[in-house]
Amino acid sequence: MSDILESPRPAAGGAALAGGFAQPVVDAQFVFRSVMEAFSRPGRSIALPTRVAPPPPLTAEAGAIALALFDQDTPIWCDAPLAGDPALRNWLAFHTGAPVASGPDQAAFALISACDRMPSLSGFAQGTAEYPDRSTTLIMMVDTLMSRDIVRLEGPGIEETETIAPAPLPVNFRDQVRANHALFPRGVDILFASPGKIAALPRSTRIRANASREG
Amino acid sequence: MTTSAVEATPYNFAYLDEQTKRMIRRAILKGIAIPGYQVPFASREMPMPYGWGTGGVQITAAIIGPDDVLKVIDQGADDTTNAVAIRGFFARTAGVATTTQTGEASIIQTRHRIPEQPLQSDQVLVFQVPIPEPLRFLEPRETETRKMHALEEYGIMHVKLYEDIARHGHIATTYAYPVLVDGRYVMDPSPIPKFDNPKLHQSDALLLFGAGREQRIYAIPPHTDVVSLDFEDYPFEVQTFDEPCAICGTRGTYLDEIITDDKGGRMFVCSDTDFCERQVARNQGVQNQSSAAASEKTEMTDA
Amino acid sequence: MYVAAKGGEQAIANAHRLLAHARRGDRDVPGLTLAQIAGQLALAVDRVMAEGSLYDRDLAALAIKQSRGDLIEAIFLVRAYRTTLPRLGASEPVDTARMQIRRRISATYKDLPGGQLLGPTFDYTHRLLEPEIAENDAPEQPATQAPNRDPVPRVTDVLGYEGLIESSPEAESGRPVADLTREPLEFPADRDLRLQALARGDEGFLLALGYSTQRGYARSHPFVGEIRFGDVEVEVFAEELGFAVTIGRIGVTECQMVNQFKGSAKAPPQFTRGYGLVFGQSERKAMSMALVDRSLRWQELGEEQTAPAQDEEFVLSHSDNVRATGFVEHLKLPHYVDFQAELELVRRMRAEIAERADAEIDPENTGPKNTGSKNTGPAGPNREAAE
Repeated sequence: MSDILESPRPAAGGAALAGGFAQPVVDAQFVFRSVMEAFSRPGRSIALPTRVAPPPPLTAEAGAIALALFDQDTPIWCDAPLAGDPALRNWLAFHTGAPVASGPDQAAFALISACDRMPSLSGFAQGTAEYPDRSTTLIMMVDTLMSRDIVRLEGPGIEETETIAPAPLPVNFRDQVRANHALFPRGVDILFASPGKIAALPRSTRIRANASREG
Repeated sequence: MTTSAVEATPYNFAYLDEQTKRMIRRAILKGIAIPGYQVPFASREMPMPYGWGTGGVQITAAIIGPDDVLKVIDQGADDTTNAVAIRGFFARTAGVATTTQTGEASIIQTRHRIPEQPLQSDQVLVFQVPIPEPLRFLEPRETETRKMHALEEYGIMHVKLYEDIARHGHIATTYAYPVLVDGRYVMDPSPIPKFDNPKLHQSDALLLFGAGREQRIYAIPPHTDVVSLDFEDYPFEVQTFDEPCAICGTRGTYLDEIITDDKGGRMFVCSDTDFCERQVARNQGVQNQSSAAASEKTEMTDA
Repeated sequence: MYVAAKGGEQAIANAHRLLAHARRGDRDVPGLTLAQIAGQLALAVDRVMAEGSLYDRDLAALAIKQSRGDLIEAIFLVRAYRTTLPRLGASEPVDTARMQIRRRISATYKDLPGGQLLGPTFDYTHRLLEPEIAENDAPEQPATQAPNRDPVPRVTDVLGYEGLIESSPEAESGRPVADLTREPLEFPADRDLRLQALARGDEGFLLALGYSTQRGYARSHPFVGEIRFGDVEVEVFAEELGFAVTIGRIGVTECQMVNQFKGSAKAPPQFTRGYGLVFGQSERKAMSMALVDRSLRWQELGEEQTAPAQDEEFVLSHSDNVRATGFVEHLKLPHYVDFQAELELVRRMRAEIAERADAEIDPENTGPKNTGSKNTGPAGPNREAAE
């Protein structure tokens, strides 16, 4: 498939310059198609092999998504662990040029590393009734997509039913997702980035009532 | 799959610069997340005229990669001049493999038709859209139609369809027939004949719609409910043709009318040329040679 | 047996080959050089630069040659090239008060500081064909005089000094100037966006709209405060240096219309403004733009909306000739799938009406029936603009 697999970018100059796409045009296209596939089939785990190497705690997958989608036109919001890291800020600024949003409700994208402590979904840009697209897309870095806390999903992109089980998450996350869907067509879209895999939870997706309840 | 390298052009892979591609890609993701909603995007001037597929071309340019296999159809046919020109554009600027076979393509860009052969889950269908706003001919103002979508206020569309029935005894819309997507947005499916509307419903493939001149992108994700608007006593129905295709003999496909003389002589043939050719091949029992035919038909970039 | 027409690719290639041949014309006649076009068809070049939104005389000349003199096609060529260029930054606003003036006239004052300077103009020429241009094109050398180094204040600045005209709106610091080439057009549009759209809008369309305001469709009592044409410097703010540096000079035409005055119990009467600024020498375009700019300001100035030239959705949605020509001309593309859909319906409806007519022939002998009154018309007011 893509050369992302073979050729990590050699570290050149300072840390801010290293760890980007080896082949920006091809790699960005490859990552975008994976994200598009994830959005088209909510809940489904989509492989995202990447050798992008951002400074931690930003993960390779979230870093690759950032490089593919962020630029000067997309104000971004980072949660506290990310925002407090100057190396990370420099890396994002150098590779994407994205400005820092004045608040979560002004962000085109949000990068979230500590998902269990994340702010409420309702605090991000929800779009307007006339322009529901003017909303935040959240990139949530989770440890896994296959925890024991399984959520059943249905809606556009899902043939019968799909499951998703990301972790960690805030305690009332299901209720937040339900509330987010209730706002449709307003609301935020979520992209989970886990090691090697991504999955999406766009605002159009409904949580099924009979979801398992453990955890 | 990729054969000859991109000719020495000063342009980026697939023509568009990376910033433009990112902008279009972001709009596509919003479109998928809000099925049927028209996402505004800063459509660029393309090296082909507005109205000739610039929206579809921009979407294709934003999603295509070196491993893709592209098919382009216009009126269902691969060999219509605009389809040939757009296919050539991507062969030249992206160096991708092209095909006429529906089953071989990973991306199909289309104007006015959906292929007869059901699409697969690993395919993307990109529609060229002239007027994305289904309410535009009832209300020319964008400020007004945007409000109607926001308020889910689709009364004028039903009134229009109802007036058709009162006047003609039929809903007099035969193509670009409006649909309701996932129970929320009324959407223009582009000027496909309403014959193709049922293929939008619960499609296995992702459907993307691009209107370049009008600066809108929208989408129908796979497996999404898409209902053609109708009334209980006047249910939606598709066109039917009395006769089979004069070339391949198939019934139940969408047919083009070919005028054979100036005395009313005419015949009907499949509008989907790829489908028709394969039916002919099947009829002639040359199925055992299909692999040879397939490799011959997957035309590589013109070297 | 019927065989579908094939060979689109070869047909296209042949058509383009023939086009190139036709463009070249008689090969015994020397081909036009770009210098000839840029120098002798300068106003065509100006229009292509203005509506192509790219200031490059040589490229505009090439586009005119390549398009066989079809200026909208040339504008399209320039636009399609322009859109691929990287956006390095935005210039400072050009200062037309510091313009090196080649022509400057005012219709509101007989004489004024800086004087009236006719410059190269068709005004007052007798429109008589001059056959000698065809044969021996050697006009007299122009009369010269020492350049006037005095400042040439804008008429609106003169009026503004007395408070007789509304002040020019202050730039809102921090608010980026709108750019319809980077953001999709959205309504309502602010004046910066409207002016950008008008500056690249079709000259003929704006001319007709401006003309309509003179004939009473949103009359605005315009006076040409001033038209000036000449060169201005383009400056870019250099972060490293901390000041603006000149990167080049461009020729522009500026038109300041002085329009119908406004006043109220609180505010004394004042004239209002309409503004036009175009690349190159194009007074018709600059004046039309100023008229339309003024009429689009109806809301801001508390006027009534009565006419097309005031309707920003109508004006801005249809002023771009590259879009307009694309969509009008796309009707040339095959539409036989849609047409087939319409044919099928019209035939079916006609058959139904004929059946009903047959059935009703005996019981009653009257003509039209409840639903049959529309049996000869087209198939309804439905989608006429298929791609």
